[in-house]
Amino acid sequence: MKVAIKRISSDPLGLLGLCLVTLIVVSALGATIFAPYDPIQLNIMDRLQGPSANHLLGTDQLGRDLFSRVLFGGQVALKVAFLTIGSALIIGVVLGMIAGYGPTWLDNSIMILFDTIRSVPTIMLALAAVAMVGPSITTVIFVIAVSSIPNYGRVVRTQTLTIKSKDFVKAEMLMGASLLRILSIHVLPNILGPILILASMDIPTVIALEAGLSFLGMGVKPPTPSWGSILNDGFSLIRNTPWPIIAGSIPLVLATLGFTFLGESLRDLLDPKLRKFL
Amino acid sequence: MSKLLSIKNLRVRFRTKSPLQAMLQKIDDPYIDAVRQVSLDIKQGETFTLVGESGSGKSTLALAVAGLLNAAEGQIKFMNEDVTSMTSSQIMAYRKKISFIWQNSIGSLSPRMSVGSLITEGYKIHNLKDRDLKMEADRLLKLVGLPTNIKERYAHELSGGQARRVGVARAIALDPKLIIADEPTAGLDVSVQGEILNLLNKLKDDLGVSLFVITHNLNIVRHISDRTAVMYLGRFVEQGQTDDIFAKPRHPYTLALLSANLTPYPEASLKNRIELKGEVPSLMNRPNGCEFHTRCPFSSKHCDNEFPPIHTFDREQILTCHYPLNKN
Repeated sequence: MKVAIKRISSDPLGLLGLCLVTLIVVSALGATIFAPYDPIQLNIMDRLQGPSANHLLGTDQLGRDLFSRVLFGGQVALKVAFLTIGSALIIGVVLGMIAGYGPTWLDNSIMILFDTIRSVPTIMLALAAVAMVGPSITTVIFVIAVSSIPNYGRVVRTQTLTIKSKDFVKAEMLMGASLLRILSIHVLPNILGPILILASMDIPTVIALEAGLSFLGMGVKPPTPSWGSILNDGFSLIRNTPWPIIAGSIPLVLATLGFTFLGESLRDLLDPKLRKFL
Repeated sequence: MSKLLSIKNLRVRFRTKSPLQAMLQKIDDPYIDAVRQVSLDIKQGETFTLVGESGSGKSTLALAVAGLLNAAEGQIKFMNEDVTSMTSSQIMAYRKKISFIWQNSIGSLSPRMSVGSLITEGYKIHNLKDRDLKMEADRLLKLVGLPTNIKERYAHELSGGQARRVGVARAIALDPKLIIADEPTAGLDVSVQGEILNLLNKLKDDLGVSLFVITHNLNIVRHISDRTAVMYLGRFVEQGQTDDIFAKPRHPYTLALLSANLTPYPEASLKNRIELKGEVPSLMNRPNGCEFHTRCPFSSKHCDNEFPPIHTFDREQILTCHYPLNKN
């Protein structure tokens, strides 16, 4: 742990990423403490205001404080991002490694599964899921997770195929290492780098996807705040005021940068070849 | 001395066409033989070397011995146990008794593991919990002549010679009975080559292991080997005591290999040198009769059609040729 802190502090961008991510997580989790207003409290008299001391990011068309809505929206965004990417990552890595390491018939079947999933547009999948179980944040998480499994699975498969033919894997086999040991100790750490980058860059995409699905009425229902719904409100008000869009995109930009920097830094940390010092 | 490893009529083959393709194209035998009719014995504490050109099946044979490739025919017996029909738990026990030194010294070390954990990994794999891994690592590094502070390093931070020594340390970790060394000096400069060979010789004497060395460098053979086999197109063309092979090569191919070897005084060391013409034939299309006849300077019509008989000379020098050299 000490070494990890030392290493991450030697990497300014990684440190910045860590700070941004911490900022986002803390502000989302502590939204009830930090938020100056109730995020769904209407106040028509103060609608569409610009930033001021009272309303740090202004107000929307119903007079709700945008800063408070951004803080509370972070809860939805983070929940969706972590749950979807976490589950897609785990399933994708497992399936991808099986496909890459296993026999050809298993590889082919898993690839057909991936292609099938990819051939269904996410929105269509969401519509089907909503029709079956009704709109909720769980549906959104499920739909996004399922549709992003192939992205991870394919990358993991290719990486595993490369590693599989390396001499050190044969050497481990000859030493009597079990399949599980080879996959978890020798293959997984070597393919984790690109996956981490992919996952960290996926976080903003997923947040935006949640926003889109919510906009279509398939996810978070109004008046629950989410970054996506703030942005969507902002689009319809663009002729009147830019502030809702700005308020909705600031956290998205910060989250993108934060998670990308953190992901890159983690990759360097995990790869002895990329470590900046010994 | 008792037999440690005994191989009889081993055949290893690779598929060239998928079953469907073979069926559609009406190919009865969609395989190539990488190793064919190989028989050898390795005794306890002996060094057996295998020489031959690239692509002659040396590494394939080694991988088959290690159980990584399946034998299509024949028998591999290790300490009177049949390797080809082992269950997975027997294979585990077998892999504890043999170890491999890889040709690609750096590439055969897992890149995310430090040297310390690499060389003691065998203890973890085989669940030897009573060993103090740190002390074992120090002991092994000392045995192969590496400083103990190298433990923290990773494979890419090692030089070729260091990586090779780490490979040797890993190979001797579990006190194996047999070490298979695939080109143990590949990619090293001459002085380091010498160090590695001396190290192998010393370990062999100290630990009493048998060595199965694969190489195309004849000077190595002379330096470490007790017995030698010469491989051509997946077959042994000649095998015997190393001294005999060097002093009295009886197969024309052995003579050609020796002729091609660089020595300080070529004229003094070998009379009647021969040079080979042409390329090694493809495994897909083996010549009829004696498989060496396409390149052999002594071949006759006889050789083109008939597979040569096996000759046995004194001191177990065995070869397959119609016209063996140095008859008397």
